[in-house]
Amino acid sequence: MTVRSKRSDLAAAALTLLLAWLVIYPIVIVAADAAHPSALRDFFTRPGEWAALWASIWISLVSVILAAAIGIPLAFLFEWFDFPGRKTLGALIALPVVLPPLVGVIAFLFLYGESGFIARAVQSLLHLQNAPWRLQGAVAILLVHAYSMYVYFYLFTRAGLAKLDVSMLEAAQALGADRRATLWRVIVPLLRPSLVGAAILTFMTALGSFSAPYIFGGGFRVMTTQIVATKLNGDLPLAMVETVALALVAVAGLAILRRTEGDDILVALGKGIAPRPRPIRRASVRWLAAGAGWGLAVLLLLPHLTLALVSLVPYGAWTTEVLPPVINFDNYRRLFSETERLRPLWNSLWMASASTAVAVVIALVGGWLVVRRRVALRRAIEALLALPWALPGTVFAIALAITFSVHAPLQLRFVLVGTAVILPLAYLVRALPLTGRGVLAAYRQLDPSLEEAAASLGAGRWRTLARVTLPQLRPGLAAGASLAFVAALGDIVASIVLYTYETRPVSIEILSSLRLAETGVAAAFGVVLMLVSAVVLGVGARR
Amino acid sequence: MSAFLQIQAIEKRWAHDVTIGPISLDIARGEILALLGPSGSGKTTMLRLLAGFETADGGRIAVASEDVTTVPPAQRRFGMVFQHYALFPHLDVGENVGFGLQGRGKGDEGRVEQKISEALALVDLAGYERRKVQELSGGQQQRVALARALAPEPRILLLDEPLSNLDPALRERTRHELREVIKRVGITTVFVTHEQEEAFDLGDRIAVLNQGRLEQSGAPDDLYEHPVNLFVATFVGRANVFRGKAARALGANGKGVLVVRPERLRFGAAGLPGVVRERRYIGAAAFFVVESDDQERFEVMAEPDAAKVGERVYVEATRVIAL
Repeated sequence: MTVRSKRSDLAAAALTLLLAWLVIYPIVIVAADAAHPSALRDFFTRPGEWAALWASIWISLVSVILAAAIGIPLAFLFEWFDFPGRKTLGALIALPVVLPPLVGVIAFLFLYGESGFIARAVQSLLHLQNAPWRLQGAVAILLVHAYSMYVYFYLFTRAGLAKLDVSMLEAAQALGADRRATLWRVIVPLLRPSLVGAAILTFMTALGSFSAPYIFGGGFRVMTTQIVATKLNGDLPLAMVETVALALVAVAGLAILRRTEGDDILVALGKGIAPRPRPIRRASVRWLAAGAGWGLAVLLLLPHLTLALVSLVPYGAWTTEVLPPVINFDNYRRLFSETERLRPLWNSLWMASASTAVAVVIALVGGWLVVRRRVALRRAIEALLALPWALPGTVFAIALAITFSVHAPLQLRFVLVGTAVILPLAYLVRALPLTGRGVLAAYRQLDPSLEEAAASLGAGRWRTLARVTLPQLRPGLAAGASLAFVAALGDIVASIVLYTYETRPVSIEILSSLRLAETGVAAAFGVVLMLVSAVVLGVGARR
Repeated sequence: MSAFLQIQAIEKRWAHDVTIGPISLDIARGEILALLGPSGSGKTTMLRLLAGFETADGGRIAVASEDVTTVPPAQRRFGMVFQHYALFPHLDVGENVGFGLQGRGKGDEGRVEQKISEALALVDLAGYERRKVQELSGGQQQRVALARALAPEPRILLLDEPLSNLDPALRERTRHELREVIKRVGITTVFVTHEQEEAFDLGDRIAVLNQGRLEQSGAPDDLYEHPVNLFVATFVGRANVFRGKAARALGANGKGVLVVRPERLRFGAAGLPGVVRERRYIGAAAFFVVESDDQERFEVMAEPDAAKVGERVYVEATRVIAL
């Protein structure tokens, strides 16, 4: 044992304890407290509980199917065929990503809701007395999920297709396989890890989805909204049982989906060149594809445009007309001139920045210990960094709310609920898997001899870190950090459980603006979130 | 000849059954030493111990009588060229070469620039300062790595398989250029290789390592003509090993093992009888695989038309190594 490895073992132990305190301890406390006989009895006897649990499961499964049905064909179209506008459209099609969940939901509300543009147009076209439909219940939730989650299948499938080796397809053809056989016997098995990855991500996101069921659910409850409602009713013991139930469903779903993942080796084998996109030969088909592509892009962009338009409508100016009669920048002026309106924006920005910064530092230390020093606790550190991803945000929100509302320093519990610390802490927990994965992947690809070369050239530890390690980790780090920042900036799941008036973030302000029928202000906030998210994600994706 | 770099009973234990050393070697100022051995022989570990990337479990390393055994790599002033060069991809050629110059806080900007261009000129890449390292060919990258290692004027130069990343056509030329640059700078050099030809061509002296032990060290001729054991005899150059009756037929007295190089065997009128089984033509000569009566196979290098496949021959040795 050298001094160096002793010191890194010590650092690893400290990091493991810190992470365990952040991501496991609160869950353990909730699980222990949930073993409360009367709450358990309530949970098992009330039919509403089972209905919500079942709704969560089937909504998530159908979301996976819908997202796959849209995302996979699109990925094949854009990766394999060439038509006018392919590159631009291929980028546009990922646009739903820049809409934070709540913002996407209110955009849908303004667009397809009962007083949205589409409903108004139909109503005036057909001279109806009332709105032609109400956007509510499971259908509305699934619509939003399909819109925002097909991107996972689209991006994962495209990445998988890009990794395919063209010589493998040629080998299949040389062995006498026709197109159909090549697809089913070569391409699909090779794509399986990508497809399962997308399915897992979609399932977990749908299971943890809160905004869509909260806004559109009405009487239709899923587990996330049920938990928050129960907590708001003051029935904490029951909320804890519900939280544990949701966590169990998440873990079970993850475990089942993981089993279908197969070997990553299959993909790693293919080192060759991906097939080049084939131009569509028949002119009519080519233009049809291009037309359909652009039509789709407009459809995908409609929520963004709607949001922008609604944000320009001053309060009370739009009543029964199909299109708003007045548009100006009043809402933005109010947003940036009134301190009380500016505060949530400022809150969201600093809390997201702080949580991302800490998550980056933890990921860097973790990456160094796991990959470089290969400490004995490396598996534990890696698992702890990834764990928050496996559980819905609501679970952590409730767990943190319960753990940190008690003053018991000997149990490492402090009263943080109601302070400015609790929300950044909750965001941090959610950010860890994102920065952790980015940094670990980048660290694994980083040739250790680069750091040794710096040392042999006389560079000390800090100069090596600043001049060699960080510049090399930058792409992975930036990708992870930008995702973490955007998630924290638009967060509603943790915020709605843990905010105080002083620390309210933008999402909460959007909800209260909606409640006061100030749709313009809500939309303006949404536009700001959307723009900041787009810029941050754009910077983070730069190579 | 006094030793400039002294390696004294250096030892590294990976697990209790995998041990490198203890190995002792003295390297003179300006000498080029090759560490030659198969994979897993501990040659790379030796190099990393010298560089300071691994800490020794025993023994001592000294440069010009200064003990550097526990000096960290950054303060050791040993230059290193890595197997895959480890050029910093985010820096250009000039910044790569200048990396080791800025850290030591000596000299002004102009002096650093001048040193960079001197180092690049040394490896015949003058004017390449602002090129991206990804744009360079493998051979050019190798030279940038060399210039980068030499720029801070290290006391010792270490090279890890310096030519393994180049294609064979380029390898021989680069080898000569590399030796020429090292000799011009006059720096004491240790390099690792698993190729005997490379060790012979580049090294003044060769240390043969096997399973963590130093088998023999000496000049190329020495190793080839006077190997101390069977491992060195067979690892360094082609060798036929004869035992028992076959050995006696070639002139061995006693029970020892006889090692004969293929070019030291020839077809004659008497000697060891056998049948030619294969002929491999290599241009100037041919290798004949001969099977003796006790089913032992060995190689004879001779004129291309010296024998035919299937022919019964007698083989005699012009020079043997008795072990």
